[in-house]
Amino acid sequence: MNEVKENVLKMENVVMQFGGVTAIDGLSLEVNRGEIVALIGPNGAGKTTAFNCITGIYQPTSGVVSFKGENLKGKSPDCITRLGIARTFQNIRLFSNLTVFDNVLIAKHLRAHDNVFTATLRLNLKEEDRMRRETEKLLREQDLYELKDEIASSLPYGLQRRLEIARALATSPELLLLDEPAAGMNPQETQELTDFIVKIRDQYHLTVFMIEHHMDLVMQISERIYVLNFGKLIAQGSSEEIQNNPEVIEAYLGGSEDA
Amino acid sequence: MKYDFSRKKKRDAVLDLLLIAVVLGICGFLEANKYNYSYAISIIERSMIYAVVAVSMNLVNGFTGLFSLGQAGFMALGAYVTAILTIPVSQRPSVYYISGINPLIANLSAPITLALILGGLVAAACAALIGIPVLRLKSDYLAIATLGFAEIIRALIAAPMMDTITNGSYGLKSIPGFSSIFQVLILTVVSIGLMVLLINSSYGRMFKAVREDEIAAEAMGINLFHTKELSFVISSFFAGISGGMLAMFMRSIDSKTFQVSLTYDILLIVVIGGIGSVTGSVLGAFVVTAGRELLRFFDEPLTVAGVSIPLFRPGFRMVIFSILLMVVVLFYSRGLMGTNEFSWDGIFGFFRRKRKAVKAEGR
Amino acid sequence: MSLTTFLQQCLTGISLGGAYALIAIGYTMVYGILRLINFAHGDIFMMAGYFMIFAMASMPWFIAVPFVLLVTTVLGVGIERVAYKPLRSAPRMSVMISAIGVSYLLQNLATYLFTALPMAYPEIPGLKKIFKIGGLSASFVTFFTPVLTIVLVYLLITLIHHTKMGMAMRAVSKDYETAALMGIDINRTISFTFAIGSLLAAIGSILYFTDRMTVFPFSGSLPGLKCFVAAVFGGIGSIPGAVVGGFVLGMGETALVAAGYSTFSDAFTFVVLIIILLVRPTGLFGEKTTNKV
Repeated sequence: MNEVKENVLKMENVVMQFGGVTAIDGLSLEVNRGEIVALIGPNGAGKTTAFNCITGIYQPTSGVVSFKGENLKGKSPDCITRLGIARTFQNIRLFSNLTVFDNVLIAKHLRAHDNVFTATLRLNLKEEDRMRRETEKLLREQDLYELKDEIASSLPYGLQRRLEIARALATSPELLLLDEPAAGMNPQETQELTDFIVKIRDQYHLTVFMIEHHMDLVMQISERIYVLNFGKLIAQGSSEEIQNNPEVIEAYLGGSEDA
Repeated sequence: MKYDFSRKKKRDAVLDLLLIAVVLGICGFLEANKYNYSYAISIIERSMIYAVVAVSMNLVNGFTGLFSLGQAGFMALGAYVTAILTIPVSQRPSVYYISGINPLIANLSAPITLALILGGLVAAACAALIGIPVLRLKSDYLAIATLGFAEIIRALIAAPMMDTITNGSYGLKSIPGFSSIFQVLILTVVSIGLMVLLINSSYGRMFKAVREDEIAAEAMGINLFHTKELSFVISSFFAGISGGMLAMFMRSIDSKTFQVSLTYDILLIVVIGGIGSVTGSVLGAFVVTAGRELLRFFDEPLTVAGVSIPLFRPGFRMVIFSILLMVVVLFYSRGLMGTNEFSWDGIFGFFRRKRKAVKAEGR
Repeated sequence: MSLTTFLQQCLTGISLGGAYALIAIGYTMVYGILRLINFAHGDIFMMAGYFMIFAMASMPWFIAVPFVLLVTTVLGVGIERVAYKPLRSAPRMSVMISAIGVSYLLQNLATYLFTALPMAYPEIPGLKKIFKIGGLSASFVTFFTPVLTIVLVYLLITLIHHTKMGMAMRAVSKDYETAALMGIDINRTISFTFAIGSLLAAIGSILYFTDRMTVFPFSGSLPGLKCFVAAVFGGIGSIPGAVVGGFVLGMGETALVAAGYSTFSDAFTFVVLIIILLVRPTGLFGEKTTNKV
């Protein structure tokens, strides 16, 4: 078996300050191709801020974020998505008044070759047709096809999460960032999600980097775990290593009660 | 099920043809008797022109979610370009008799369609420039900045330095009118048709994505600025076209024609029709324009049984109109159509529900 | 230009700026609390002008002035109750459209009631009295406006920082929902804000129209927009900002008119707006905000 690890995402000494507040303080981490890596830590540790630095919503105060060796500095969020990083949001952000089908179809446009004239005058029928077929295929794979004409906001919570992941997949990413995918799910739903994440990783040849609070999920599938507290990396390693790390236990039990 | 579906489709096609025939029939009838119906024709023509600009405003405000209030400024650009290019060369000395005409434009003229398109392009180019700074602003700042730009455009048009081009505060006269109501109809149908095609295309979907959630749209690889700019520029292009049409309709224009109140009028049409509905905007344009004329009797003194009612005097109509408008804004915020579009199913459904309601009451 | 003319123009500019400042405060306070451009604010100002005409026709000025202030305040609070309160949870565009609707209604109502022709503004005894200092001559109102503005702003800032109601206003403007959870009566606080804004607009209207001498149904719309720009210039939500903005715009406009560019005096406002939005979108004294994802 080939054991050469190809680096997909790399953060080197990333600092993010808002005015006088340092949300991330010298974060360095790596995610390798095909891995499922988790970023955990108490509330307010700076996990979502780290995601926002990767996806270009925030520009880090200092430090380097690179994707497949390419520095992401100064790149806008849409540019970064185009490079192959897709994400979901902690508080689901669907196009709520549009249908399930349109939600996914919009994401497909990223890889389309058309312009506003060909699109308006319907000269892009081939492209449009391809996007629709791919959307249909993706929705079938995700068991969302029956719901394709439903308005996104009318779906139950769990399905909205699934749709958000499907929409992220539609951009044909290599790296998928999931921000608390199991938030608000019961143990059974969480278990289903756990299997689902592994399944999509294998099916779409993805690398997954996720923020999660459900420790069952994290310990079951993450190859490696990074622990963040007050913006600083306090531990990293396999699930056993993290479970036995005194500093991590301290951070969770001593720092905040809602872990 | 499938059989039913195709029958429905056939029914819709027949009804569509019928509707087109009725519209053409009405226009033909009016055109044939245009001296008897000049009042009705003018209401219909104005409604159609407003429909074009209302749909263009809906494109940015309703479909892209940008609260832009610059419509009047872009209409002014379209109107002036069209006017300058179409006023017959022989009549120009009499139009510009006060400050003379700039030699650059003295002999410049273009056929009507080309002039309208050029008017639209000038408006679009101006929008592209304005868009670079203002489209980065958030909702209400954007509204006030676009409003401001419209006022600046108007001030420039009225400025003394522009006298030899825009004829300053005297405005432009002798603009050739429409040859027939069909010309207005064709321009309106083509303009709105293009916008509908755009809204239903992949780019239209991107506009809607930006409207729904800017951050999610960006995460889906949509460039916010390009998308907003595109919507803004295209909307301004059609606002320019409708401005040109308005110039042809009015035959004479000046910078006062394009005050902020014009933008507000268009906004009201969009709101009454339903923000996010093209057919709503078209319907709104007709309802508002015709409504304003029909309410005219409020302005006439009214005498009931020898007692003259003091409320009825000039201006009362607009008061009633504004109160109606507030009622719509406060209690029917979805307007006539909400975000729905016209469909025969919708019409039949509406009547069926009505009939059921009547039956239920009768019981 | 001689020094006297220059000082004369400065005086005019400061006086106009003072009136603008008073109106701009209304915008900035309402925006601070509701995040709404109260498009009707300029028209409230215009209505105050008409109230004054009718009040002065039937009562002495010392009764007419408080009466007009009261009626204008009631009008402002009433508008909030009828047109904005029902839309508290509606999208922002709807509230803004409602504000435009109210503005439209007030203008049409004024046209209907008082005709579109300008009406003469009455004189309050003493305000138009001409004073001469050296070569400068100006009416009393010109000197009085900036002084009154400063005094009122001082009182307002004291109110906001040292009273319970002021604290409530600050809390509501920071976070609406949390303030409600803390037991603050949101509706009362908002009404109070509109009351103060309208009161200041009424005072501003007396000073402004005494100088201009006529009122017509649209005399509120352009000054209204300008004062909003003044509020944006100073940093929306900041009262000292609105005052500075008002003075800057008033003086800039007067300077343009003096230099012979009166056609552009209105456009000037918007040029200022666009420059400030580009260079410093939060205005002179505005706070920076980061949007949360």
